[in-house]
Amino acid sequence: MDSKITNSILYLDNVSVSFDGFRALNALSFVIEPGELRAIIGPNGAGKTTMMDIITGKTRPDQGEVYFDGAIDLTRKDEAEIAQLGIGRKFQKPTVFESHTIWDNLELALNRKRGVFSTLFYRLTTEDKARIEHILETVRLTARKNDYAANLSHGQKQWLEIGMLLAQEPKLLLVDEPVAGMTDAETSETALLLKDIAKTRSVVVVEHDMGFIRDLGVKVTCLAEGSVLAEGSIDFVSNDPKVIENYLGR
Amino acid sequence: MITEFLLSRHEKKTLVVAALILLAAILVPLANLLAPEGSLLHVPDHLVPLMGKYLCYALLALALDLVWGYCGILSLGHGAFFALGGYAMGMYLMRQIGPRGVYANPLLPDFMVFLNWKELPWYWTGFNHFWFAGLMVLLVPGLLAFVFGWFAFRSRVTGVYLSIITQAMTYALLLAFFRNEMGFGGNNGLTDFKDILGANIQAPETRATLFAMTALLLALSLILSSAIVRSKYGKVLIGVRDAESRTRFLGYRVENMKLFIFTVSAMMAGIAGALYVPQVGIINPGEFAPANSIEVVIWTAVGGRGTLIGPIIGAILVNFGKTIFTAAFPEFWLFALGALFIATTLFLPKGIVGTVMQGSKARAERQKAVAAEKGRTAAQPSQGAAAHETQAAE
Repeated sequence: MDSKITNSILYLDNVSVSFDGFRALNALSFVIEPGELRAIIGPNGAGKTTMMDIITGKTRPDQGEVYFDGAIDLTRKDEAEIAQLGIGRKFQKPTVFESHTIWDNLELALNRKRGVFSTLFYRLTTEDKARIEHILETVRLTARKNDYAANLSHGQKQWLEIGMLLAQEPKLLLVDEPVAGMTDAETSETALLLKDIAKTRSVVVVEHDMGFIRDLGVKVTCLAEGSVLAEGSIDFVSNDPKVIENYLGR
Repeated sequence: MITEFLLSRHEKKTLVVAALILLAAILVPLANLLAPEGSLLHVPDHLVPLMGKYLCYALLALALDLVWGYCGILSLGHGAFFALGGYAMGMYLMRQIGPRGVYANPLLPDFMVFLNWKELPWYWTGFNHFWFAGLMVLLVPGLLAFVFGWFAFRSRVTGVYLSIITQAMTYALLLAFFRNEMGFGGNNGLTDFKDILGANIQAPETRATLFAMTALLLALSLILSSAIVRSKYGKVLIGVRDAESRTRFLGYRVENMKLFIFTVSAMMAGIAGALYVPQVGIINPGEFAPANSIEVVIWTAVGGRGTLIGPIIGAILVNFGKTIFTAAFPEFWLFALGALFIATTLFLPKGIVGTVMQGSKARAERQKAVAAEKGRTAAQPSQGAAAHETQAAE
């Protein structure tokens, strides 16, 4: 087996998928190392969300290999199994359980047994309680823990969803446009939070906000028409003529 | 573990309603059997099975609410589980008739003799025992729901498509049970019952006991449902209802979550049907009619889905209204029912109980806001603020 497969947290090789003749991904290949924070940019329709769908098991690729954490073949697993293996996903539109309190949202996300009977007879242990309180601190929602998630602001919902991902204790976090609709202050705080999270796990961030990506200061992959256009530091990528042509504009 | 599970974390209003139902289980039979006729407290004989019938409907609506109100599965075929439970009980009651039937056949029910059948079909064996019939009341609807749900939820059939296939399921059963060859009495169904557990089914004492059993099982089901929906599993169900993909990406197997509650709910509907049949004295394929299942949805919507006590109140109120209305203006009942559903959807989308709860929640929020305001003024305490405080506390 390729040595890349065994060392990387996420390994995509030659992945293609078409929907009704439209090629959403075209021989996409890239590798994420353990502990890496990676930003992915690209114009609309570049295949960013489809790529996440494939990694999380929502969509099956027509061809290509997807390996997680060494040699786990993700193309054979479904969403729940992949989530339990340790891949967390944040959606583009903040998706939290609106009719639950913030506390319950985090309790549901906690990485505990998820069967019917283990949830039916679940009791909140002091350990779980401490964990939830810790996450509440991290995402700065302690004061609102008993409020319904529906009453949070847009930015707070984004943070709650990030908190839920943390509760899941994933090895790899996929974050789709975390700062869309956030104020500048919230955006830079989110950059700090993600950098903090990336100390203990790998994170892939899809984002359009170039200022935010500059704040992150990490390796950037630019996608276009379903494959990798350029990869490297933000300055390298943003000076690439192909990237300017396809995405940034002249 | 199970008792601990049942006894934990109930809302006060759930316990109040359960207590009221239990009170009815004691008082109605007493008022029927002991209070002298003509006294104000007396409950006439014909009202006891009528109220029993309402409580069966309430149990059916509660079962529907578990899947619809808490998990977002709009079943338009719950009447099928109710009818299957009813048929299982009806088969027991048929076998109790014995040689007292018109044809006096000790083994075969009348309709089989009439069809010239010589032997009891294999699936009628065992139904002479009450325990066996009781088991089937749970198993048959439960198994059907399990198999149906297994395929539907695994294939991720949701929303209106699922509603349509549940409707098709009950319609298919309706057609099947109409056929004489099925061995369930064809379009006449099962009737002319004599005894249940050796007691005359027409006797006031039996009817009072049946009413008490219905109320007791309704109260127990309410407590069980409350324990389920307030557990972490119940929270997952609400998660599935509100954001199914989020639940899935958190690592929950949504199909298993749905399958469990769907099966539990079908069994509850089966119990409701089994209690219904001895009180109304007949079960026929009409119970499978799609319109019946849709009526259950209306009761639940009127009472307030996703509240547990809502569907109980809704089922009792709407059916009480139906009793009055069909006596006074029989030809207008369906119009009234339709109008009621439209009015509920437009003006009370959360149903009666949901709307009341929302109102009291809003009041609590306002009081909290007032209290917070008071906390700010308390920094410079004055007599006026103290007076304000006592007011807010009230």
